[in-house]
Amino acid sequence: MSADTKTPTTRGRIVRSGEGFRELGLLVFIAILAAAFQIRNHNFLTIANIKDLLTNTAILGILAVGMMLVLITGGIDLSIGATIALAGMTSALTGMALPHINPLLSILEGMAVGLAVGSVIGLLVARFKVLPIIATLGIMNIVRGVTYIESKGAWVSSYQMSKAFTDISTGTTFGVNNLVVIAVFIFIVFWYFVNHTKTGRRIYAIGSNPEAADISGIPRRKLLWLVYAIMGVLSGLAGVLWVSKFASAQGDTALGYELNVIAACVLGGVSISGGAGKVSGLLLGTILLGILNNALPLINVSPFWQQFIQGIVILAAVLTNVAVKRNNQRLALRKRAI
Amino acid sequence: MSEREISIDRPRSLKRFFFQWEWLLVLIFVAVNIINSGLSPYYLNFGSLIGSTNSFLDMAFLVLPMTFVIILGNIDISVASTVALSAVIMAVGFNAGLPMPLAMLLCLVVSTLCGLFNGFLMVKFKELSAVIVTLSTMIIYRGIAYVILEDQAAGHFPPWFSFLAWGSIGPVPFILIVFAVCALAFGLLLHKTSFGRKVFAMGNNLTAARYSGIKTDSVIIAVSALTGLMAGFTALFLTSRMGSTRPNVALGYELSVIAMVVLGGVSTAGGAGRIGGPILAIFIIGYLNYGLGLVNIKANVLLIIIGSLLILSVLVLNLRFGGHRRPAPPIARMIAAGKAPDEKA
Repeated sequence: MSADTKTPTTRGRIVRSGEGFRELGLLVFIAILAAAFQIRNHNFLTIANIKDLLTNTAILGILAVGMMLVLITGGIDLSIGATIALAGMTSALTGMALPHINPLLSILEGMAVGLAVGSVIGLLVARFKVLPIIATLGIMNIVRGVTYIESKGAWVSSYQMSKAFTDISTGTTFGVNNLVVIAVFIFIVFWYFVNHTKTGRRIYAIGSNPEAADISGIPRRKLLWLVYAIMGVLSGLAGVLWVSKFASAQGDTALGYELNVIAACVLGGVSISGGAGKVSGLLLGTILLGILNNALPLINVSPFWQQFIQGIVILAAVLTNVAVKRNNQRLALRKRAI
Repeated sequence: MSEREISIDRPRSLKRFFFQWEWLLVLIFVAVNIINSGLSPYYLNFGSLIGSTNSFLDMAFLVLPMTFVIILGNIDISVASTVALSAVIMAVGFNAGLPMPLAMLLCLVVSTLCGLFNGFLMVKFKELSAVIVTLSTMIIYRGIAYVILEDQAAGHFPPWFSFLAWGSIGPVPFILIVFAVCALAFGLLLHKTSFGRKVFAMGNNLTAARYSGIKTDSVIIAVSALTGLMAGFTALFLTSRMGSTRPNVALGYELSVIAMVVLGGVSTAGGAGRIGGPILAIFIIGYLNYGLGLVNIKANVLLIIIGSLLILSVLVLNLRFGGHRRPAPPIARMIAAGKAPDEKA
């Protein structure tokens, strides 16, 4: 009954406050989790570890912003892991051939690769009405194959990369790691984009009610294309950052990473059925996933438990979301009762 | 419109018979075989063609129930994790002293339970899409497999266990026989029983199906349980072929399986498709893989080919069924898809 979220009645005041409650709940959960981890290991809430945590979560955050836009339109993008690998590999190979290339050019190159992949997906979804999950599945296979062919199955390792290239991710600006700076910049830009621009608001419109959006003259196809293109550009950017951070480009870089990104969105309250999702929630969801990744090794949880715990947390978050929504609807009904 | 009549029988015409997606698949299948035999002189030989089926048929067991799932309009991306979890539990159970037949039974029970849990979540939390339910169980099931076996491999199965994947009865591999039986059973279930008709009805219009008295919840749970059971079959044959198992087996199977179903002409919008298409697609991709392997072409090229085939097939299907137009109401979609005849003259 995902249609319920699309009817005007649930857009009322009560549900709004429910959504606020949801983010507050997430914040409280993060606080409790952080406190628990801190009790188990006193190194958790130290400046060094928090810096570490943010640096390791930054790429996830960059990708989650793009994925949120895709999910808001009711789509999904499974190809981003492959796009990360292709963009990272391309920029690393270029860096190997031209060791003195400006790192900014490397980043632009990665973004261009991402844009190309994203445009094709956007074209398939918007123009040819291929189901997003199918289109991105196919493109994922193709892009991953191209990455292997381009690299001839070999890796690009740290000694083949220039210092300027690895400095993209390990360098700092005003004492803050570049990755964090880029991620914060992207969060701010997209917070403004989805909340305060016409195009941004229209993306919500096409997600919550495509027919109504069509009838009101919103250029649905162009926006759909735009969303996948943005996702592509962000994946390309993330690819360069990834390769620069780990100082290694491989054919199977970021294999399956798309699931982490979708998980961050879902934890942040972005609806898979489209039309709902906020940048503030997304930020909390990303941080929660980042904490889980960072803190479990710190409190001596075997890394083999990590996936299981992540899965349980995601399922719990999704189910809680449903429960809260149902409760709100029941409250709304009770208020209307005579 | 009063003279309009709708009958269930599809008018039989030669044109309609040949203008079917399956014929295109047959053409692709023949083309694959011609290309392969041109590439390698060792390819076109009946014995090796039949014998090579054991290299790809383990995944094929997942294609059958996935066809049901996609016709329902759902999707299940947790199947590969179910395979991994049930294979790991079977191996651990056997190494803990369980007799092999019991361990195999345990494998099937575990996989069916995984499927049932998916179905339970989908039925109890209808607000959630199948993607998100199976995404979370996908992470959880594989997570459990990692918790149990960490980074170890488990094996040392009795010698007869390898008969499942490697043995043959006469020239025909055992796995091919089992698959043929399963395919027949699933084909009959989908096309000749009321259960199959219910699946199509729910795929076309879930609400209408519910109001016409179909117990939609039980159908969803039954299909989920079947999916789990077949994942157990895949786990048995895959483990038998590999000789041991690890938590990361069958990684990415779900994508190949979905690709095969869609390549087989099953509509991703739900409500349309036949079992024959996906079965043809299994053999197309399987033989493509086998032939390219013979001439030493890397698996990467195959990735590109599968991806392109997937997208091309959806493009062609969309163009044929009017994908450019706004989504048509279900009855119009049925007519366009050849499910119901046009007005009678």
